[in-house]
Amino acid sequence: MTSQTQTGEGVALPDTRTKLYWAINDNLVLIGRHLGHLTRSPDQLFTALMLPATLLLLFRFMFGGAIDVGNTTYVNYLVPGILVIGVTMVAVSTSAAVQSDMQEGVVDRYRTIAMADSAVIIGHVVAAVVRAAISLVAMVGLGIAVGFRPAGSALDWVLTAGTLLLFAFSLAWVAAVLGLVARSADGASGLGLILMFSPYASSAFVQPETLPDGLRGFVEHQPVTLVVDTVRALLLGLPVGNTGWYAVLWWVAILGVAAPVATRLYHRRYA
Amino acid sequence: MEHEYAIQVRGLRKDYGRVEALRGVDLDVRRGTLLALLGPNGSGKTTVVKTLSTLTRPSRGSVVVNGYDVTRRRNGVRSSIGMVSQFVALDWLHSGRENLVLLGRLQKLSKTNATRRAAQLLERFELTEAADRPVKTYSGGMKRRLDLAASLIVTPPVLLLDEPTTGLDPRSRAVLWEVIRQLLGEGITILLTTQYLEEADRLADQIAVLNDGRIIARGTADQLKQGVGRERVAVVLRGPEDFRRAGDLLVGPGLTRDPETRTISLAIDGPSRVKHLLDLLAEHGLAIDSLSLTKPTLDDVFFALTQRASDPPDADSMPARREPNDELGALR
Repeated sequence: MTSQTQTGEGVALPDTRTKLYWAINDNLVLIGRHLGHLTRSPDQLFTALMLPATLLLLFRFMFGGAIDVGNTTYVNYLVPGILVIGVTMVAVSTSAAVQSDMQEGVVDRYRTIAMADSAVIIGHVVAAVVRAAISLVAMVGLGIAVGFRPAGSALDWVLTAGTLLLFAFSLAWVAAVLGLVARSADGASGLGLILMFSPYASSAFVQPETLPDGLRGFVEHQPVTLVVDTVRALLLGLPVGNTGWYAVLWWVAILGVAAPVATRLYHRRYA
Repeated sequence: MEHEYAIQVRGLRKDYGRVEALRGVDLDVRRGTLLALLGPNGSGKTTVVKTLSTLTRPSRGSVVVNGYDVTRRRNGVRSSIGMVSQFVALDWLHSGRENLVLLGRLQKLSKTNATRRAAQLLERFELTEAADRPVKTYSGGMKRRLDLAASLIVTPPVLLLDEPTTGLDPRSRAVLWEVIRQLLGEGITILLTTQYLEEADRLADQIAVLNDGRIIARGTADQLKQGVGRERVAVVLRGPEDFRRAGDLLVGPGLTRDPETRTISLAIDGPSRVKHLLDLLAEHGLAIDSLSLTKPTLDDVFFALTQRASDPPDADSMPARREPNDELGALR
């Protein structure tokens, strides 16, 4: 085989391991690359944490008093929405990161070596889920510090984490699609606004019942609301009903579309 | 199986929508040699490199690298090449060492080997001192060197360099040239694109001149420079009257006159001919302000080549006075 010229120094391991082994290796290496960015460029994560933190404090202390949510305190109502906003902010940074990778030629380097192509996008997606997890822990902590008093059981917490991580995973693929479609950094941040505003038109801050009819119809049924409502019910120890199932179905379906589209876009982009 | 040619390109065409980037390119690069692909911006150099490196698919034609067809055996091609693109393809937040280790691990090196190999390359490219700083703090020359190091982690039989020295200061350029020569000495086959004849001249065994998606000439640097003259001499006459009279007096290949600067320039065979020129001017009582010897530039070569081409540009569109930049503009 002439594929690996061996001149003593750059000697590759023999190609005897399976394709799967190398695919996993490549994925882990690139996930490591993106997680490395967390410490090297902490401002990225900081930016993604600032907005939900600011909104939490703003709504809790400024607007909260004016918003009546019935049986519970406003901060209890608010925190689940803030968690979801935290995840969407992470997704915004993911689409920017994907775009800049495509733009800056790093990807050209990956594409000229014989490695698992899938690792390039999966690396971004998995790192996004890790960042989302950090954001979730931080927001729960901040919430509790300003009066959030969850009532859910341990199982409820597990289900909450599961729902939010599924949401983060699916949304990261959507973010990857946007990052691949965007032709410039400005384009990516413009498209990122779609992600950013999706939780604003949801039940994150106010009860949909208070909204005008047309908007209410949309807000009540859009997939981000389903996540917010599921998480809120779980954390406050309220009955979840079918909302949980709908949330899972929606986001699995979105994943089922976004993941293949992202993969195809990645391959197409350079054909 | 060894092939005599490390790169073989036949009838390569590439369309981007209605834009034809390449209109039928043939190239052969013999193993262990360096081919310089010389051409102005927009001539299609990068498209050739992208096709060779599997970053883009040919619209038509066949492209074989190290025995692997770029459309059918992409992984074979990818494990045969190292590539340095025009834009530094590294992670700017990570250090030089981390970049090399990461790329080594993606190329099936064990962690230990990747680390050892990274250290060797950092040493070789004189980056050891900066090895643990983020790449974004590197100078342009350092980034290029690291980029080249990154393409050599698993020593490739074929190296593709897309304008590796564009934007570098003369010293960094010289360092890179030296490295390229060493690599050639190790038996690596190199295809390098450049806008500089001087660069091709210094490094290449063969030069192919690309213009508007076609190869318009190929040969050694000396062959290409024939007809342009090995050297050019430019004299600045003292006054407009002297300039006019000298213009009537002097004849020669590739003679140009610029009344604005009262400069006359022409090709000569060697420095000894300068004396004849000076004697001639003195005989006729013509005074000069300055005289300079220059090497022929890519502009000169292009001018000569495109004049000889079978379908030369419309004569009216050719500028009478050869201002290098205008000239290239008119050719495109």
